[in-house]
Amino acid sequence: MQKSGYEFLGDVAIADVAFKAWGSSLEELFESAAIALFEVMVNTKSVKFGVVKNFELKSESIDELLYDFLSYLIFLKDTEKLFLSRFEIKIDKNEVYRLLARVYGEQIDIKKHELRVDVKAITYHLFEVKKIDDKWVAMIVVDV
Amino acid sequence: MASPPLKRISDVVWEIPQSYKEGMRVPARIYATDALMRSMDRGVFEQITNVACLPGIQKYAYVMPDAHWGYGFPIGGVAAFSLKEGVISPGGIGFDINCGVRLIRTDLTLKDVKPKLKELIDTIFQIVPAGVGARGFVRVTHSEFKEVLERGAEWSVEKGFGWKEDLERTEDNGKIKGADPSKVSSMAIQRGFDQVGTLGSGNHYLEVQVVDPNRYFDRELAKHFGITMDDQILVMIHCGSRGFGHQIGTDYLRIFERAMKKYGITVRDRELACAPFESPEGQDYYKAMACAANMAFANRQVITHRIREAFSKVFHADPEKLGIHLVYDVAHNIAKIERHKVNGEVMDVIVHRKGATRSFGPGENEVPQVYRHIGQPVIIGGSMETGSYLLVGTTKAMTETFGSTAHGSGRTMSREAAKKRVSGHELQRDLERRGIYVRAVSMSGLAEEAGLAYKDISEVVEATYIAGISKKVVALRPLGNIKG
Repeated sequence: MQKSGYEFLGDVAIADVAFKAWGSSLEELFESAAIALFEVMVNTKSVKFGVVKNFELKSESIDELLYDFLSYLIFLKDTEKLFLSRFEIKIDKNEVYRLLARVYGEQIDIKKHELRVDVKAITYHLFEVKKIDDKWVAMIVVDV
Repeated sequence: MASPPLKRISDVVWEIPQSYKEGMRVPARIYATDALMRSMDRGVFEQITNVACLPGIQKYAYVMPDAHWGYGFPIGGVAAFSLKEGVISPGGIGFDINCGVRLIRTDLTLKDVKPKLKELIDTIFQIVPAGVGARGFVRVTHSEFKEVLERGAEWSVEKGFGWKEDLERTEDNGKIKGADPSKVSSMAIQRGFDQVGTLGSGNHYLEVQVVDPNRYFDRELAKHFGITMDDQILVMIHCGSRGFGHQIGTDYLRIFERAMKKYGITVRDRELACAPFESPEGQDYYKAMACAANMAFANRQVITHRIREAFSKVFHADPEKLGIHLVYDVAHNIAKIERHKVNGEVMDVIVHRKGATRSFGPGENEVPQVYRHIGQPVIIGGSMETGSYLLVGTTKAMTETFGSTAHGSGRTMSREAAKKRVSGHELQRDLERRGIYVRAVSMSGLAEEAGLAYKDISEVVEATYIAGISKKVVALRPLGNIKG
């Protein structure tokens, strides 16, 4: 298994799409999960980095933070008509978890990007974030 | 996963007893033929027995014959909760609030359409945006969008996207009461306001269909729905509330997780997060859900208008001349406040139908006047290969399933598996050889929706017919299909 990455799981969901994402830090996990999310919709290798967005999110727990982060990316996709393909994440914790994100992508272009299936939402079905040995792993099922 | 104990109640009804799982408040009932039962994934049984544990559930937790594993509730799940003691659960409705199907009839026959099929499908494909990131053809401001949320299809018709008679042929007249835009986040508004007039992606589609003369079950009933000819052309639209509804689902899932702690509710799957219907959170969600339902009605209405325009352009005649009338529009992802008889007593309940269709029988007030004497039309949308069905609701559904039946054919294969079996281009060519012309925004998305990934729709319909929860009217065969 690579240090960070993702894997689609064909036998976990029937109508929805399930994937596992991992990384050696929380930040890497979040980046892997974000790439996997956009891989559902497009080949992210075909998406350039010209548009940059910065945002900040706060949540009480790590799993809520991941849920909010991925949901926010879906929100950006719909409102800004953006495919995102590169993610720089910083996470710290004081009273709550705080995420600072700089994300890069490109306007959705039906002529250039080979569209896959749209993601409607992140579900809480089987949703899980945990640390196994020195690795952060998440299980995510998205509604498409 | 071990199989639960299944007690056979009748040819097509099976029961999982309350003793199967700790916390079940009612038994679960599954409607399926032997063949459907054999292929039903075990996840359905686990999920429906989790639903049976939710507070205030009445009689049974139901599984329709097209059911498959979903998130929280199974797709094809029906559950009614007492308004007073029960809950409302966004996971029992789905993120795509008021995903539904609309059926439109025409005076045209196969002979008229066949020579112009490609032109017709290409025209519709051009004017109805579909797929990821599509902007709708209806441009509204945020404040106009709030009007859409309050008024649903009525707004569309008033703006010129349709005819007044369309509203009489839409579930709840295309407008669910109680919609309150102040209960909707600004993120949901931002996400949805430019999506009025979009088809979406995934299993959503727009299809030109023809009556299958070999499966014309009840000509008398069909006549009431404006279907009178062998080889008559119809159009089916399958879509929902788009990103707007999805964002409401996302927002309230988070709110309900917190609310559950407050109300001391525990659930077996986080996706079953719920709140008492009468609590502030429950009421807020209901009012927001109604907004999404109305957006979906408005969306299918404006798309109907575009279809009329496309036919008019291709066949050089007014849509009135071409007889393009709505048969009906059903919501199949929704929770509704309804009055039902529960153990002999009349009770107000909130019926969750997630991938299930209302199937009210003759005489019910909710059925529009034009159809009241025969029952509510039930539209079962199939895959682009197997075709679809028009059914009608029954009195037996009222007493057995809170007036509910199936909604489609139901998946049996994951998207990953379907893509490994067939490519989008292959499928498109194969369908064209069989006389079905398909235009798709996404080729991999097309492969995921291949007929081989779905159950046998005729078997699903048969199960509902044997159970008596809906009656067969006519089957419809696909001719041309547009996918997001």
